[in-house]
Amino acid sequence: MRKLLFLLKKEFRQIKRNPFLSRAIIAVPLLQMLVLVPAVTFEIKHIDLAVTDNDHSPSSRELITRLGGSSFFRVTATPADYSQANDLLLSGKADMVLVIPDDFSEGLAGAAIPRLQVLVDAVNATTAQLGWSYLTSVVRDYNRDVIISSGVAPSVIPGINVSPRFWYNPTLNYKYYMLPGILVILITAIGLMMCGLNLVREKEIGTIEQINVTPVMKWELISSKVIPFFIISLFDLALGLSAGWLVFNIPFEGSLLLFFACSAIFLVAVLGLALFFSTLASTQQQFLFVAFFFVMIFILMSGIFTPVESMPLWAQQFNWVNPVAYLMRINRMVMLKGSGFNDIAMDMGMLSLLAIAFIVMAIRAYRKRA
Amino acid sequence: METTKVIEVEGLVKKFGSFVANDHLTFDVYKGEIFGFLGANGAGKTTAIRILCGLSRPTAGKVMVAGIDAARQPEEIKKRIGYMSQRFSLYEDLTVTENIELYGGIYGMTMKEIRPRIAELLDRLDFTGHADTLIGSLPLGLRQKLAFAVAVFHNPGIVFLDEPTSGVDPITRRQFWEMIYETAAAGITIFVTTHYMDEAEYCDRVTIMNEGRIVALDTPSALRKQYGTSSVEELFVKITRPQRERI
Repeated sequence: MRKLLFLLKKEFRQIKRNPFLSRAIIAVPLLQMLVLVPAVTFEIKHIDLAVTDNDHSPSSRELITRLGGSSFFRVTATPADYSQANDLLLSGKADMVLVIPDDFSEGLAGAAIPRLQVLVDAVNATTAQLGWSYLTSVVRDYNRDVIISSGVAPSVIPGINVSPRFWYNPTLNYKYYMLPGILVILITAIGLMMCGLNLVREKEIGTIEQINVTPVMKWELISSKVIPFFIISLFDLALGLSAGWLVFNIPFEGSLLLFFACSAIFLVAVLGLALFFSTLASTQQQFLFVAFFFVMIFILMSGIFTPVESMPLWAQQFNWVNPVAYLMRINRMVMLKGSGFNDIAMDMGMLSLLAIAFIVMAIRAYRKRA
Repeated sequence: METTKVIEVEGLVKKFGSFVANDHLTFDVYKGEIFGFLGANGAGKTTAIRILCGLSRPTAGKVMVAGIDAARQPEEIKKRIGYMSQRFSLYEDLTVTENIELYGGIYGMTMKEIRPRIAELLDRLDFTGHADTLIGSLPLGLRQKLAFAVAVFHNPGIVFLDEPTSGVDPITRRQFWEMIYETAAAGITIFVTTHYMDEAEYCDRVTIMNEGRIVALDTPSALRKQYGTSSVEELFVKITRPQRERI
């Protein structure tokens, strides 16, 4: 036990003396929060809309004004014909093209069923669908007003009035959704990279051989590599959370203690994995390659961007051993919903099992002799 | 010279795949002697020393260090030995004092035991002004002397030195060997590998290795007499050349 204290003292001295590390420990969480949280959003604003108005009537102009007046659309061009509209879509100058046929206002007056055509750049399926649904809702409102102005009482228009109430994130603020996830990425990246690189570096320099020839036990050595980065990662988590709270005013509904407890369990898992990889790697490049590969898979499959429920079954099954997936879910539940211990007990339990498994793997894989 | 055996090696074989790095080595090392392991680069010296220190597993043969079986209980051996490798072993981003503290600590010493010994050691090495200097900013010769001092700081029964003087200037090498003599005089057995033939003359007994095998083992003077040469260097060339030509 006393040997571990000497090893820890050594690690902290080295970290303190490394100017890059000590700066990164402060800068990385702040930068990630301030840059990633506002940047990673599914919210779509300012869709560039081109309109070909073949009708040139007060009705068509009214529709265009309404579209331009909504916060979603910017009417950026008025192509004269279909081929010009096509060019705009191809060059990316317009995301959508609305074509108003020349019989639009006649149709509204009752001569025929009025029609509109919409061309959508659907390279990004999400943007295309959202843009489409924003546009239809503006057209629907316009339609309704046309009917009302023709003298029909609003109560006569059939339809079900659905009024949604968005729980846990009433304003549908994507920052609230992303921030808990970005905190997970933050501690994954900091913990895994710093800790894993530290051990491989000692292999590269050769100092690890001198340690291997001493009576230090494997668990003491592994602990001396886990504990400093465990503390640093939790510190960075606190820093990132404070930044999120101060800058984005993120709500925190649940228990802070529970939140940090779950992150602590998660960190044991991630640091165990880092040391397992670095035990197998003999150079920093090898470690980085393997670590980057796994971290990317863990993060993309964790449900940070896309719901886990809509992933194929095998992907959902993979998430049983994906520590990031557990903490992603736990963080969002605790921060946004205020879920308590009972709600996340299952996830916490699984995360604890993973933590034990990964640490044991790291200790077993470590060889004091070839 | 006492005749207690502190290292007994019998029929030691180490293979890496089909390559035989150590081919049936047999030798004993007695308490308090300076035992030299000579050989060209790649002769199998480092492989043997790593097995004796419990860093590498022997393929076959009996290896006893300080009365402990190196194949079965390498961790027990590690408590009783000191080791200094040819690769640089101290932490460059720690100071002189911090390095000594660290290694003293992992060999189970307390800060109370460590502190007075650090002061005494720095004084003996003329290092007093360097107590808080980072290892990285010390010249190589000083680092190697310090690395040796650290390897024997916890008073091991045996210390293994793997090419400790490679790349060091002649004057520092002389000082280094003075340190080795002092340590041996204090009863610590020294097991040292080198490819500097003049250093062999400083050893009580030397082993000459060639292509994984021991080709000669005796005191330097007995070997010179046996082969009729005036120096160990000449002897080395005489012994190892015929086998090279055979290839």
